[in-house]
Amino acid sequence: MSAADCRVAFAETLIALAEQDRRIVAVVNDSVGSSNLKEFKRRFPDRLINVGIAEQNLVGVSAGLASAGKIPFTCGASCFITGRALEQIKADVAYSSHNVKLCGMSSGMAYGELGPTHHSIEDLAWTRAIANMTVIVPADPIETAAVMRAAAAADGPFFLRISRMPVPTVTAGVRPFEIGRAVTLRAGRDVTLVAAGVTVGRALEAAALLASDGVDAAVVNLSTVRPIDRDAIVDAARRGPIVTVEEHTIHGGLGSAVAEVVVTTHPVRMRLLGVPGVFAPTGSSEFLLDHFGITSAGIRSAALELLR
Amino acid sequence: MNSDIGINMLAEIGVAERARRIRRTSLRMVHQARMGHPGGDLSCADILAVLYFHVLRLRPDAPGDPARDRFVLSKGHASAALYATLAERGFFPAADLDTYMRPLSRLNGHPDRNKVPGVEANTGPLGHGLPIAVGMATAAKLDSASWRTFVLTGDGELQEGSNWEAAMAAAHLGLANLTVIVDRNRLQQGDRTEKTIALEPLADRWRTFGWGVVEVDGHDVEALAQVLGSLPARAGRPTCVIASTNKGRGVSFIEDRVEWHHRVPTDEELEAALVELEGEE
Repeated sequence: MSAADCRVAFAETLIALAEQDRRIVAVVNDSVGSSNLKEFKRRFPDRLINVGIAEQNLVGVSAGLASAGKIPFTCGASCFITGRALEQIKADVAYSSHNVKLCGMSSGMAYGELGPTHHSIEDLAWTRAIANMTVIVPADPIETAAVMRAAAAADGPFFLRISRMPVPTVTAGVRPFEIGRAVTLRAGRDVTLVAAGVTVGRALEAAALLASDGVDAAVVNLSTVRPIDRDAIVDAARRGPIVTVEEHTIHGGLGSAVAEVVVTTHPVRMRLLGVPGVFAPTGSSEFLLDHFGITSAGIRSAALELLR
Repeated sequence: MNSDIGINMLAEIGVAERARRIRRTSLRMVHQARMGHPGGDLSCADILAVLYFHVLRLRPDAPGDPARDRFVLSKGHASAALYATLAERGFFPAADLDTYMRPLSRLNGHPDRNKVPGVEANTGPLGHGLPIAVGMATAAKLDSASWRTFVLTGDGELQEGSNWEAAMAAAHLGLANLTVIVDRNRLQQGDRTEKTIALEPLADRWRTFGWGVVEVDGHDVEALAQVLGSLPARAGRPTCVIASTNKGRGVSFIEDRVEWHHRVPTDEELEAALVELEGEE
């Protein structure tokens, strides 16, 4: 499978949306290049608002633009836009109910060797804890484009987690993206692998490995982390144990979100794969995913352990 | 822009009288709620009265009018003064003010734009209003719209770095449609601003950030009306109005006393305060 950077689809879709809707603006913290918005800037120079390296202002300005009827897509490295401006996200965007689309670029461990200062493995925990937020992690370029269109059409605060890690296409030919609806990418009876973003491809690979072990694993793409698709998770729990796979700390992220539903509806055994509450050592993004067992082999062993 | 209108000619009730009413009402609200920030309410009452009864182009019957001027109360803890002003201006019935901070009241301790007509931003954490106002002013400029954006900050609040991020951006973006008014009462929650983290030379700081700066007596409604009627102070630039005020203005035993940042008046204190704030009622 060929792999692609979701930022390309992100930028192309944003330009297409901006052509159709004059209310759409891009707001950046000097991140024109890293958010892949050079072409947007060339096409819509007035509608690319660069506030400089100032994330609190970035998010506050976006709220003000939204209050006056604009639809800001506010782009910055996910670690900074969430960590540096979390109070603005809470008060100015979510609590105020402003129509701001926060785009956390290069999320997770995409910055690899740049280290834990630049990793964003807490962003799902932070954003999904905030009332009124919709939190989405697209898995591939097709889903990225669909998520952008859905976010632009919906009125309300969004956090979109956009990776720069090359990912395989995993959503071609499946049920199109809808906000709040998990999609089963592979049916299975024995165990369910729940993933989002860059981990979806690895979960599908793991399901293929498990098939050779005689295990029939379902794979669910939980791209909307908040509001969560409770029905899909209850269905999975009724089938059997669940392995969650996230490029995020296992404390408060996708796995926790799934577990919150499971323990209160149909308790089953779970394994939460992700970063186990530590700062990552030095290494590339691929190296770090492997290091933490967020791999097809790691997912396979977790599933086999649960079924043992 | 409005300077040709004599300030006391605007309506039967003069702006200074509106300010006096805002002071009385907000103090009553704090007393009744047993909670609030009376010092900051009283220090900005004249500024709010001039804005809402002389400067801002608003329609209380159509609070969402896209062409309205925007006002952001960055010092959101002065909510009693804001609610008293909005009720006085006719955005909602004055009777609602009795619910201030009561269970399930829409009049929360800090304002909520989704619940209270006339409120433009959910402020409370300091240093949020100016960035939001920069976004509003940017939107107006993008649309070549003539509405203007005003934001009132506290002075201690300027210790928040987000204000200076926004100040840099506003000057760079040439937001001549944006005015910040600093309620310069020289007190913050714990002490005098200059003993905490000094803000002076405050006017120079705004000037070097590229803003037009005007200093004015924040209790002189004629002077405030004059300044806010001649914007921007510097062509093509955002304006900073440093309004020299007195925290607790109008009540001798509250004035310039740090403990009245969020002290609540006793029954006797309220009575004494209202006597001092008596007017032509």
